[in-house]
Amino acid sequence: MSWFSKFLTSSVGKKLIMSLTGLFLIIFLLVHLIGNLQLLADDGGESFNMYAKFMTSNPLIKMTSYGLYFFILLHAIQGLLIWSKNRASGGSKRYSGGRPLSTWAGRNMAGLGTVILVFILLHMWQFWFQYKWGEVASATYDGVEVRDLYEVVRHAFQNVGFVIFYVISMIVIAFHLHHGFQSAFQSLGLNHQKYTPAIKAIGTAYSILIPLGFAVIPLYILFAK
Amino acid sequence: MKLNLKVWRQKNGQAKGGFETHQVVADEHMSFLEMLDVLNQDLIIGGKEPLAFEHDCREGICGACSMVINGRPHGPNKGTTACQLHMRSFKDGDTIHIEPFRAASFPVIRDLVVDRSAFDRIIESGGYVSVNTGQAQDANAIPVEKNQAGESFDAATCIGCGACVAACPNASAMLFVSAKVSHLALLPQGQVEHENRVQSMVTQMDKEGFGACSNTYACEAECPKEISIENIARLNRSYLGASLSSK
Repeated sequence: MSWFSKFLTSSVGKKLIMSLTGLFLIIFLLVHLIGNLQLLADDGGESFNMYAKFMTSNPLIKMTSYGLYFFILLHAIQGLLIWSKNRASGGSKRYSGGRPLSTWAGRNMAGLGTVILVFILLHMWQFWFQYKWGEVASATYDGVEVRDLYEVVRHAFQNVGFVIFYVISMIVIAFHLHHGFQSAFQSLGLNHQKYTPAIKAIGTAYSILIPLGFAVIPLYILFAK
Repeated sequence: MKLNLKVWRQKNGQAKGGFETHQVVADEHMSFLEMLDVLNQDLIIGGKEPLAFEHDCREGICGACSMVINGRPHGPNKGTTACQLHMRSFKDGDTIHIEPFRAASFPVIRDLVVDRSAFDRIIESGGYVSVNTGQAQDANAIPVEKNQAGESFDAATCIGCGACVAACPNASAMLFVSAKVSHLALLPQGQVEHENRVQSMVTQMDKEGFGACSNTYACEAECPKEISIENIARLNRSYLGASLSSK
């Protein structure tokens, strides 16, 4: 076995893949949220629709998005493989008469991650697939005709059941992020009393603020528009 | 004090084990193992098979005692081995669950005794420094920085009991392996073989079937020697570094 495949298939290497893909997805969430916040603008969807057009036509962003799909799949598949290996290690057995000292999120990353994966698949079908191949009305701004994604989103967020599912998914992401953020640095080998308290504090803030930012949008559209 | 014990009984690795209930009268100044000695004396007098459990030094430094007490490896007290746990930590009339460490790589031999030779094989794979025989060197011939020495010693207090594996939801041995790699890596004598050591110990750890670390830090919370998870981070970066730079 070459040194590279030996590294990647070792328990330490597998976690490094989880860490690096996880950090990429953490950064992606911030970029995605900044884009989504344009849904709150009171301009009939113009800024959001122009942004959607830009994001789907710029070649550099297109390339990055293929990387994103790959990293989501890699993170999910690798995570489930580690989960199955860890179960086989026999650690999942519960002891009687006491409760474990680890956090609930830490012990249930695979379950939380699976919920997020289902959410992502639905999310891709509902917005990404519809935008690219579905029947979407057009909107024209200053003579430029674009597909009206804003209307698709607004319509989806009128559905109370979907908004509830969306908000619950954001809570799941919050827990996943809360463990994952600091965990990513630990797996990279970065744990030191100089900076680990800061990483943990930033991770906690990030895991609350980002999902909260996402959850505010459907709630705002449902109740205010 | 009167206690209700729910103890795990299992004839051998293949047998299906289960909890057995026993009453025992103990003194609050007894250690936990002395209380089990009382139980065993009662069992012997009653013509029953005594409970098998491991013990050796009974002063918290050998790592032989290995049992899960009320869901916690080595019991409820922080930084304490089962042998150093005293019955004053319990109340009269308490029900206490006692189980073996559970991990696929620690198969049960009998009752509370598990086979921890996987740890020995990990140590054999690299947990040592090669020293030529001959005259002993002057103790201060190799300078060691004070903080490094302290950190190395903290890692070296690991007694290899396996509580980290027992506490981990993934039965991962990372805290043990990282403590062993760290205490050598932090000293000049350990640097010589560091790259090979970290690679072979991780390879052996994976071969033994221990799970991957998912950073729940249950190990650090349960470790009777309070080994820090900073050692696991050091192992992670050492393994990456060694994979990139070793010949």
